[in-house]
Amino acid sequence: MATESVAIPPKKSIWGGGTSPLKASYGKLMMWFFLLSDAFTFSALLITYGLIRYSYPAYEGTPADFVFAPDQWWPIPEKVFEALPFLHGLSAPLVFVGIMTFILIMSSVTMVLAVEAGHRMDRPAVEKWMFWTILGGIAFLSCQAWEWSHFIHGTHEGSMVAEGTTFFGANLMQNQYGPPPFADLFFFITGFHGTHVASGVVLNMIIFYCVVTGVYDRRGHYEMVEKVGLYWHFVDLVWVFVFTFFYLI
Amino acid sequence: MATEDYLAHEETPQIKVIPPDKARIWKIWKTMIILAVVTLIEFAFAFSMDAGVLRTSIFVGLTIVKAFYIVSEFMHLKYEVKVLIWSILIPTVFIVWLLLALLIEGEGIFNLRF
Repeated sequence: MATESVAIPPKKSIWGGGTSPLKASYGKLMMWFFLLSDAFTFSALLITYGLIRYSYPAYEGTPADFVFAPDQWWPIPEKVFEALPFLHGLSAPLVFVGIMTFILIMSSVTMVLAVEAGHRMDRPAVEKWMFWTILGGIAFLSCQAWEWSHFIHGTHEGSMVAEGTTFFGANLMQNQYGPPPFADLFFFITGFHGTHVASGVVLNMIIFYCVVTGVYDRRGHYEMVEKVGLYWHFVDLVWVFVFTFFYLI
Repeated sequence: MATEDYLAHEETPQIKVIPPDKARIWKIWKTMIILAVVTLIEFAFAFSMDAGVLRTSIFVGLTIVKAFYIVSEFMHLKYEVKVLIWSILIPTVFIVWLLLALLIEGEGIFNLRF
């Protein structure tokens, strides 16, 4: 108010101690730097995809004439990922993966709403939005399980592999879609992302339990929801990149 | 009286719930709409344009737009202190470097093999 402070020197560095220069708690900062390191890991995987794809011949013709030829060219993704559950034989390129993207974006939105409710100390709202987030995560994982299963079992026709036999689906040694590294990278990249989603669902469940039992009400703040929210949004962010670099390009 | 008795046995302290701010919640949904629309635009390009450098650049550009909205709005980075923003963003130049280095390397391997 009217009091004047003369004791404080006029130009004190914010790094001089006694203040919090980044204005964020220890836990939140560590979550940010963990996510940065995780971003390096995912980038390394996606860039490896680019490296290996560039070292194989690309398909030159029109998408309509495309056939799987594992010993000739790298497949175009819209021809690999074109199946939908319960609609056997229908060609719907990238529709299923679009649905998965939408599910993950939606669960990210419900997570922000949970964080926002946490700021307002509104426990019922946090419970509601956390519940939808967990449900969204489980829905995404179920979709991925179906996609993996379809990818592994393959199409009716299969395709010829190097030894002159017809091969159906994919494993780590060979696949009907393209050169062996194509399936390897599919399993590694979407698998690593799926592992992140799965651990995110587990973390969300733990936080949900703590919300319901009133741990954060007693603590006086809902910062744990915010931290786990950062992780969840990161998983969504990674999917945005996987979607572009694995499924679109 | 009965409710007060019930609350007296509650372990949790009295919490004051702040009512929701409509503008903030609308902003969250607006971000969601932007993300969905950008994804739909990506789909439109995927099916109406032939593969090539231009289409790939469009995809990368739109992906960066989506990443910006997720990181700045959902992860709230836009509202953090500047030092924190830069300490997260600057290290990602290493990713750009790795991308360029390995794509050039991949082309080199291709030229050796075929």
